[in-house]
Amino acid sequence: MTLLRLALRNLLGAGLRTWLNVFVLSLSFVLIIFSRGLIEGMNKQAEEAMIDAEIGAGHYQHPAYDPYDPLTLPDAHGPVPAPLAGLAAAGRAAPVLVVQGTIYAEGRLFTVQIKGIDPGQTALSIPASVLDTGADNPEIPVLIGERMAKTAGLASGDVFTIQWRDGRGTFDARDARVIRVMATTVQSIDSGQIWIPLARLQAMTGLEGQATFVVLNQGTPPPPAPGETAAAAPSATAVPGASVAGAGAVLDGWGFRSQADFLSDLRAMVRAKNIGSSFVTVIFLALAMLAIFDTQVLSIFRRRREMGTLMALGFTRAGVIGLFTLEGLLNTVLAALIGAIYGIPILGWVARTGWAMPPDVDSYGFAIGERLFPSYSLGLIAGTALVVLLTTAVVSFLPTRRIAKLKPTDALRGRMT
Amino acid sequence: MNDTPIIATTGLKKIYPMGLHKIHALAGVDLSFDKAEFAGLVGPSGSGKTTLLNIIGSLDSPSEGSAVVLGRRIETLSHKEAAGLRNRHIGFIFQTFNLLPVYTVYENVEFALLLLGDPPSERRRKVMSALEWVHLADRARSKPAQLSGGQSQRVAVARAVVKRPDIVLADEPTANLDAENSHNVLQTMETLNRELGTTFIFATHDPKVMQYLRRKITLIDGRVAADEPQDGRP
Repeated sequence: MTLLRLALRNLLGAGLRTWLNVFVLSLSFVLIIFSRGLIEGMNKQAEEAMIDAEIGAGHYQHPAYDPYDPLTLPDAHGPVPAPLAGLAAAGRAAPVLVVQGTIYAEGRLFTVQIKGIDPGQTALSIPASVLDTGADNPEIPVLIGERMAKTAGLASGDVFTIQWRDGRGTFDARDARVIRVMATTVQSIDSGQIWIPLARLQAMTGLEGQATFVVLNQGTPPPPAPGETAAAAPSATAVPGASVAGAGAVLDGWGFRSQADFLSDLRAMVRAKNIGSSFVTVIFLALAMLAIFDTQVLSIFRRRREMGTLMALGFTRAGVIGLFTLEGLLNTVLAALIGAIYGIPILGWVARTGWAMPPDVDSYGFAIGERLFPSYSLGLIAGTALVVLLTTAVVSFLPTRRIAKLKPTDALRGRMT
Repeated sequence: MNDTPIIATTGLKKIYPMGLHKIHALAGVDLSFDKAEFAGLVGPSGSGKTTLLNIIGSLDSPSEGSAVVLGRRIETLSHKEAAGLRNRHIGFIFQTFNLLPVYTVYENVEFALLLLGDPPSERRRKVMSALEWVHLADRARSKPAQLSGGQSQRVAVARAVVKRPDIVLADEPTANLDAENSHNVLQTMETLNRELGTTFIFATHDPKVMQYLRRKITLIDGRVAADEPQDGRP
């Protein structure tokens, strides 16, 4: 306690020197938390967007379907298993039929995935309801994303030709009209694909009642297999595209791919990006530590006579080392307090208003909106504080090792031993 | 007076290696000091005054011989034990005052008591009492930079005696003071010696200090050349 009081007195007594250090360190604190918060916010936003627009509570997939292999598509369809059809009828799941096709837009040819989805579905937050243009509409209503629109040169209201093969392998073609170009941050529901009404696609392909996968609404648990109770342990199954088999019963051969499994790819990418972003953290941390180290070295050099006096007054060398290390550490504590004073309002404001993203944000490979909202979790703040504190402790201690060899008589004369 | 000396040195030597040569700062010093002495080590520069003071104050250890201070053999003390001895029983006064610049006068004097773990009320009483001894109670909130040399040295005296040590070691305490301040500081120390029974040992070659000494030990080339009683009053 005495040591703490003395260290605090020394620190506050040093005046401007202390406050400059504290300010630099607090700046590092705030910038580290801000940059980590941006990354965390980006990850959170990407996950939320993917869950909302693509994953839902997870997918039941046809056994032949491999999302990473378009060649599986011709065979990747089948009747929706009864439990899933029941959920779809109750509005708690959305069957999606995926068919390989070609579009002719603006005189160019593009290979696309034609995805059929029920306009009344609520599993995915895409504006599928705009596809409800009536069964007798001769033109196929199409919903596309902004990336697809840009690639194909299409705009809302444009008419183009779709060609596809039906369930028996026969080619067919028809005109389609872009009903809406949707803005979405999720590239995987946008690029290279068009959305049309499920019933229409089923009729076009002769695959009535069939689907490729079924998206469960959020909050809907995977249904138990017939004869099982909901509480029964679900069996695991190998699902194409799933690195880890999702938890959920196998229904007529359809396996469940969980939300976590979908996100595992994203999370792996996040981990890889985190290594890169850590570089920024290390730079900020290094700047702060340089300030502390410099102060400590200077302090030990300038305060040799004071060290001698402390020893003459009854301090042990360990006590002097402890005092100087504690002074370094208290810099961090003061920096955290000062950082909190101006950091909380600034970071809070950015978290509320968001951070405008550049137009080429898609190149990040993440589903990020026009504005990125940083996320500052308790773990992030506590983790940052702990890392800075530990690093400061080490950096504060390192220069003081010289004191361990210091003779009181030399120190009193202002010499280093 | 107790017959047992509170400080006794026997065949005390301190040798500093200097390249291929050795410097004999102390070359066999046999001395003893009783409680409440007001004694001085005098002699030219390099005669071993400060070295002897440092060993008695457990800031340094002898190369040979023995120094027993308050029953403890200095040469056998660990760093921690030596620090404990200094903390509880020995006060230091330095030529350059060595006040801690970021602390106030009050805090500088209080420092020694903090290390002893005295409770706050006790500390306050002792500090104010010590500052009154040196007539600086009204400067308690000043910083050392705001004090004159004489005032600074009086603060150092207050810091040295506030814990009521058995021994105060003063190394050239008047070297940076003018005549008037020197006499003020010395009178203060003499009063404290008389009233508290504290042993004062000086290392000095200042004639003003010598006027106050009751015992003068002359060191030359690390040996005791003379050890004689004095009147002790200027």
